[in-house]
Amino acid sequence: MTATDHEAPTREPEQISHVVVRFAGDSGDGMQLTGDRFTSASALFGNDLSTFPDFPAEIRAPAGTVNGVSSFQVHISDHDITTPGDVPDVLVAMNPAALKADLHRLDQHGLLIVNSDSFEERDLQKAGYETNPLLDDSLSQYRVVEIPMTSLTQLATEPLGVKSRDSERSKNFFALGVISWLYSRPIEPTVKWVEARFKDLVKESNLAAFKAGYNFGETSELFDHPYQVKPAPLPAGEYTNISGNVALAWGLVAAGQLAKLPIFLGSYPITPASDILHELSKHKQFGVRTVQAEDEIAAAGMALGAAFAGHIGVTTTSGPGVSLKGETLSLAVSLELPFLLVDIQRGGPSTGLPTKTEAADLNIAMYGRHSEAPLPIVAAYSPGNCFNAAIEAVRIALKYRTPVILLSDGYLANGSEPWLLPDASTLPDISVPFATETNHTAKDGTAEFWPYLRDPETLARPWAIPGTPGLMHRVGGIEKEDGTGNISYEPANHEKMVHLRAAKIAGIANDIPLATIVGDEDADLCLLGWGSTWAAIDAAVQITRRQDLKVAWIHLTHLNPMPRNLGDLLRRFKHILVPELNMGQLCRIVRAEFLVDAKPVTKVQGLPFTAAELEAAIKGVLA
Amino acid sequence: MSDTLVPITTKKDWTSDQEVRWCPGCGDYGILLAVQMLMPELGVAPENTVFVSGIGCSSRFPYYMNTYGMHSIHGRAPAIATGVAVARPDLDVWVITGDGDALSIGGNHLIHALRRNVNLTILLFNNQIYGLTKGQYSPTSEPGKVTKSTPMGSIDHPFNPLAVALGAEASFVARTHDLDRKHMMNVFRAAHAHRGASFVEILQNCNVFNDGAFDGILARTARDEMMIDLKHGEPIRFGAEGHRGVVMGSDGQLRLVEVADVGVDALLVHDAHRDDPGLAFSLARLSHDNNSPTPFGIFRDVDRGDYGHMLGAQLAEASEKKGPGDLTALLRSTGTWMVNPS
Repeated sequence: MTATDHEAPTREPEQISHVVVRFAGDSGDGMQLTGDRFTSASALFGNDLSTFPDFPAEIRAPAGTVNGVSSFQVHISDHDITTPGDVPDVLVAMNPAALKADLHRLDQHGLLIVNSDSFEERDLQKAGYETNPLLDDSLSQYRVVEIPMTSLTQLATEPLGVKSRDSERSKNFFALGVISWLYSRPIEPTVKWVEARFKDLVKESNLAAFKAGYNFGETSELFDHPYQVKPAPLPAGEYTNISGNVALAWGLVAAGQLAKLPIFLGSYPITPASDILHELSKHKQFGVRTVQAEDEIAAAGMALGAAFAGHIGVTTTSGPGVSLKGETLSLAVSLELPFLLVDIQRGGPSTGLPTKTEAADLNIAMYGRHSEAPLPIVAAYSPGNCFNAAIEAVRIALKYRTPVILLSDGYLANGSEPWLLPDASTLPDISVPFATETNHTAKDGTAEFWPYLRDPETLARPWAIPGTPGLMHRVGGIEKEDGTGNISYEPANHEKMVHLRAAKIAGIANDIPLATIVGDEDADLCLLGWGSTWAAIDAAVQITRRQDLKVAWIHLTHLNPMPRNLGDLLRRFKHILVPELNMGQLCRIVRAEFLVDAKPVTKVQGLPFTAAELEAAIKGVLA
Repeated sequence: MSDTLVPITTKKDWTSDQEVRWCPGCGDYGILLAVQMLMPELGVAPENTVFVSGIGCSSRFPYYMNTYGMHSIHGRAPAIATGVAVARPDLDVWVITGDGDALSIGGNHLIHALRRNVNLTILLFNNQIYGLTKGQYSPTSEPGKVTKSTPMGSIDHPFNPLAVALGAEASFVARTHDLDRKHMMNVFRAAHAHRGASFVEILQNCNVFNDGAFDGILARTARDEMMIDLKHGEPIRFGAEGHRGVVMGSDGQLRLVEVADVGVDALLVHDAHRDDPGLAFSLARLSHDNNSPTPFGIFRDVDRGDYGHMLGAQLAEASEKKGPGDLTALLRSTGTWMVNPS
């Protein structure tokens, strides 16, 4: 009997409202893929979900060691959720190292599924176990299910002619099969995906392992019964499961379409931003040009050159790359050209924690340039929101002829969620006109083009691109005379230009949404968040409000300039808490800006906040 | 503007209204004049021409050209110009740089622009000194050079700009100098005609901080014996009567000889179009100082696809295969599901 033709499960599934599953194994065990498939099947089933891929910086750390453990956590639910879950209900551990690395996260009565074939003496030694945890009573508090996944996969694939060594590579599909049965996931999406993704014997081997795992769950009676998490009542519409980096890349493609201009991406590979380069490279039919530059500086330079030539110039990077691009940002501030830097933040300083999340680049985004060089900052708050944030960042860059920094982070970049597809026809028109005519008449009556003659409302200068007859002009990093753009070392002109550049950015406050309060407007406490802390704050605010605590929450998507009503809103509250994955960077800015007694809630572990941590912080103030 | 209409311009059309601010007597004036006189001959329009420079004395050049221009960041002109040229293959993009700008702070961008063969005409003004910062040694300064930052003499081994360019897979490499406008114009014309990255070293006198650096080669009295004019397809010979020449020894080494001693047939015949850059490299390294016979002209000129056109071809191919970009389809490309109203 195979999974595809077997009939209704013999045991009725028990309905549960949500479950958090964590897949953990060696870096080479395919845990990211396993988690991703489970997620996709759940998304197609209609659950709400949130994922948290957690993997090491080393591509393949020594096999079987704790350093090489790669995990994928997914939270599926029959109701609206935003976080990947604080505590896994189920841990799938493919080897002792995975058990050692992730056991402490598992719920105290959680379900632990282990590949018992990989608990040999040598495996235990590599993971640093002195005794076999499956044999001593160290796991007694958990429900432990031991499955010899390696040998069962071998048995399942042997008839196909798969060598036992090669069958090893399919054991993650066996695990996926077991969990798919346990949570009553439809199997067709995974079967279809395997058929499309793999070929020949590898395809057959993976399918056999997957079905064997599914059937093993069904027949082995190691589990009493399967579970079922019903679809979530999400707003009606068409959904796709999307990660932050893909959403951001698609947002850039959309921005190009909405602005009717080509996208030019200059980028240098860096974790966790590279996937945006990969994704955009696939969409050349949209007129998207991507160049993998020789370094971070060149990547920014190329994008700025493309902007001068009339494209939407974008460069994508992470922390260390932001440092290297600083001089180009300053030139872009001086040239007053549209330009977008996307920073997928990660743990730092220096190489830091390349695969782990952090949101500690707000300071460098705000202040990380020499001299007075203000620029707008936009921050995405969820994987799906990266799409809108990219469009908004490009809109501001084009309209105000300014470099913009868009902040995302590793958690948003790799995490995924169901995303209600926007109706492409309702997306905003963000196109701006190029200058085509002279704009000034000299005393002798000659028509001239002044590259720094500003729009009185936006203070933006005209964007005249090469190829336009009669508007030839030179721009450069040397201070320019307002209006003519000629080189000027005049003291008063420099002061005027510094003020103009600042006023132009500050004026954007009139062109962004006002801040809004979520929760209780009459609360004593307001949480102020930005970026990916959105998920944990949302969960913590919901939990505490259900406990009859009054809590307000403001989440910022525009960090410079900030919404013009923010100071007034914040001053209403007795307590302000600012949860951040840094040492309190936004907190310091709002204290300085609005003279409010905001207090930081910080975490710098390379991990997102849990809802419980923020619940505790809220109660710490209100209790 | 239609393709068939050749713009008719004069030097005046290419000259901006900005006052030229180089030191009186600077070699840069001669180069600027050569470029401004050449442009009308090229049949191109000022509005379709972009000059991008880095930082340094030479990098003020774009301000003096009535074209589109950008005076950018120290060392970064090749990268920024790459963005212009790759975004807009329809434009003529020139890079103006110096020995410090291109070979020190911007060395990485120069070699990669050459490797990619971006359609750029790169003019490197080599005066073997930092002028704008008032006289420090540069990456092309000779060993032992005494400057403000090397009071006991430089212990840096210098770069040979042409050898660097050839090592970086440049498809067009040439050398000229600031005293011979006709020679400059001929070299610039060929560099402009070349599709891909063209690299031109211009020996340029800094009369304030390194005056007469090239006198050993370029002084009126020295030229005949010191300048070797490379001509494609012709034996390499020089001297007032063409009495000296270059041969390749059996050990592969180039040697200077008296033609009378070896006969014309023994002379090396210059081949700028040879795919293998070995000969060009040997010629670039024929002289190691400013007091030895030194080759000028076009060392290498070979065809290789230019980056901007190749990327453009990939875009066209993608559109042909997948149809023009459709955002609605993109958003659905990884599978979707419907949530019905409850």
